[in-house]
Amino acid sequence: MMEDCLSKKIEISVSEAEKRTGRNAMNMQETYTAYLIETRAVESQTEGQCSPPDSLWRRYSEFELLRNYLLVNYPHIVVPPLPEKRAEFVWHKLSADNMDPDFVERRRIGLENFLIRVASHPIICQDKIFYSFLTQEGGWKEMVNETGFQLKADSRLKALNATFRVKSPDKRFTDLKHYSDELQSVISHLLRVRARVADRLYGVYKVHGNYGRVFSEWSAIEKEMGDGLQSAGHHMDVYAASIDDILEEEEHYADQLKEYLFYAEALRAVCRKHELMQYDLEMAAQDLTSKKQQCEELATGTVRTFSLKGMTSKLFGQETPEQREGKIKVLEEQIHEGEEQLKSKNTEGREFVESAWADIERFKEQKNRDLKEALINYAVMQISMCKKGIQVWTNAKECFSKM
Amino acid sequence: MEAESWVPGPPLSGSPPGGEGAAAAAQPGAPEELTFDDDEEDLEVFSKDISLTEANSFSPLMPTSPSSMINQYKFEDEPELRDLFIIVDDPESHITAIETFITYRVVTKTSRGEFDSSEYEVRRRYQDFLWLKSRLEEAHPTLIIPPLPEKFIMKGIVERFSDEFIETRRKALHKFLNRIAEHPTLTFNEDFKIFLTAQAWELSSHKKQGPGLFSRMGQTVRAVASSVRGVKNRPDMFTDINDYMETFTQKINLLDKISQRIYKEEKGYYYELKEYGPIHTLWCASEEELVDSLKGIASCIDKCCKATEKRMAGLSENLLPVLHEYVLYSEILMGVLKRRDQIQAELDSKVDALSNKKAEKDQLTEEIGNLEDKVECANNALKADWDRWKQNMQHDMKTAFLNVAENNMDYYEQCLATWESFLTSQTVDLHLEEDSEDRP
Repeated sequence: MMEDCLSKKIEISVSEAEKRTGRNAMNMQETYTAYLIETRAVESQTEGQCSPPDSLWRRYSEFELLRNYLLVNYPHIVVPPLPEKRAEFVWHKLSADNMDPDFVERRRIGLENFLIRVASHPIICQDKIFYSFLTQEGGWKEMVNETGFQLKADSRLKALNATFRVKSPDKRFTDLKHYSDELQSVISHLLRVRARVADRLYGVYKVHGNYGRVFSEWSAIEKEMGDGLQSAGHHMDVYAASIDDILEEEEHYADQLKEYLFYAEALRAVCRKHELMQYDLEMAAQDLTSKKQQCEELATGTVRTFSLKGMTSKLFGQETPEQREGKIKVLEEQIHEGEEQLKSKNTEGREFVESAWADIERFKEQKNRDLKEALINYAVMQISMCKKGIQVWTNAKECFSKM
Repeated sequence: MEAESWVPGPPLSGSPPGGEGAAAAAQPGAPEELTFDDDEEDLEVFSKDISLTEANSFSPLMPTSPSSMINQYKFEDEPELRDLFIIVDDPESHITAIETFITYRVVTKTSRGEFDSSEYEVRRRYQDFLWLKSRLEEAHPTLIIPPLPEKFIMKGIVERFSDEFIETRRKALHKFLNRIAEHPTLTFNEDFKIFLTAQAWELSSHKKQGPGLFSRMGQTVRAVASSVRGVKNRPDMFTDINDYMETFTQKINLLDKISQRIYKEEKGYYYELKEYGPIHTLWCASEEELVDSLKGIASCIDKCCKATEKRMAGLSENLLPVLHEYVLYSEILMGVLKRRDQIQAELDSKVDALSNKKAEKDQLTEEIGNLEDKVECANNALKADWDRWKQNMQHDMKTAFLNVAENNMDYYEQCLATWESFLTSQTVDLHLEEDSEDRP
């Protein structure tokens, strides 16, 4: 199955980001960032020749459009999330500004990751709109809108209603919903505290930089201690400077966690779709049952339940046998239709559950792999930081011993 | 009884201090300037009593750790020369109708002949230490009398008698007495002996006899006035010392502030880590496959948190008290220099008077003779003490900063070991998984 994936055929990268100015829908000037998407056929690489890649520019809102399209057309798929719209879990040095170069850089990487995820998914990688997104510069937006996917989208209200009223959703989806809530909650908490930890760590390192300055000034009045102080001060500067790279790397780790934070929402979307379908099914079944009941009452003349029609007919006279038969006939047709619909809804529902669950299993494996790797990477980063620390302080110690 | 870790006693014949003219080298790419707001005046010194051991204490109540013993033998040159050992411990609160105050136990052990006994135990309060210091200053105006801990902490102190405050003060008082004990001149001072040996009522009556605190104040006021006028005939050596001390004062204050700030940041880091680790354990609850990895990370973070705690303790026990002591020392030195100037000013004014008044020539000449002796004594005393102080300072700074470097190395080595063992466990798992996948 993986051989079919687009990612095996073409290499995708988001290689550049550029600031642009233009006019928006209300003819007001705006500044935005455009990202360069490059694609290159994999085969051309293996031949030893590097043909120039095809490329086009897209902005974040177009990525959003693509994702919304995929969400509507593949409701049974856990659609990969986009990198965050606005910087969150920011610690003091990190800018919350969307135009900040570090933010733009991390977003570039996030967008590339998104495209590769989609291209690696056995089902959605085959989507034509996705392919055009990668390859067709002009007119793509119009093409997407022409598919009319916005009309197909389920209304939020309808979905909310279904969530509260559905009686027997598949237990696996209920559990999945709880899981995604927990995942979101724990990752948010983790990211928040991590940001605070980063802030403090930054403080510890940077304050040491002041030693560098003061040692240097002090060394000027010291005969014996001067050299030791001066060189120790230099190492304090190195120590203070080292935290910038360390924390930048850690920011990438945070981004990896954030991706799964947003994946939680994608999981919930699949659950919502199931609830909607299940609720629809339950309503249809309920409707069918009541129609059958009505039919039976008309046929046997027994009124089991109170109905306004029954009362009015009692008050204003019975119907004629022909009228009654007519009603029965209409009902029987409706019942027949209803049974057909119910059957197809049942089939749809089962198919949805099957395909959704298959994708969820795929997702779970991916998540376990990715998170485990991220955690290992975190340990690697800590090790690197410790080694740098040992180095600097060993050097500083030597300088102090010469004081 | 273990010997204390102190600097070598006798002063060496000194080389002229300070004044190396070279301007400070320009700092390329100066690190981010620290903004010290008013809060940084806060001299709250935290002293987390995390380790039972203290390198400076040899009280039978507190066991000495092997590392503190190593410290002693690293820096102690001739332990056998010490014949006076002092401990300050056991703070106790006393409540009377008028006031509440703390007394400290002062235990002295000595082999000196001039002491009637070889062991003494007395209780002293902060006021008594103040009295001792002022007596020493009067008796030796141009000697460098060690600093006492401050009366109050400047900003933000809520509880004058918090445990931390008392402990910090106790350590400083202990150091104060030991510094005096080591000083070649001050150690034989009579008031010092009385301080160490007299019972409470004996001390009170002895105190009443002396001139008291006011004369000292008068002395310093005159001293300040005279140095404002400027001393014409100040020898270059003392001008050099003065210049050195001005810069030193600036730098030591900055170092003190920087170090306090580092402690604060490390403390904040410690508290955040404490919350950070357990979140990973919480996450385990919903992730079957990741339990090992998450638990491993939680445990690593927890261990690093403990290592941070240890690093902080190192700061608060070693570097911070040393820097603070030298901040106080810098004030003391400026005072000593002024007093020397004042003694010289007395001589100078008499010499001027001599050239004007012909009448009382003989009397003035005699007075001048005495004052010349006085000036010479004062200068020599100060010079010798300055050399000694400078040597001690270098040694103390070197020791303190070496200690900081070692603490940091230990900290990072501990953390490294933790993370490396976690990584090993994870990659072993991975290899096992890969192997099991290969098998048919």
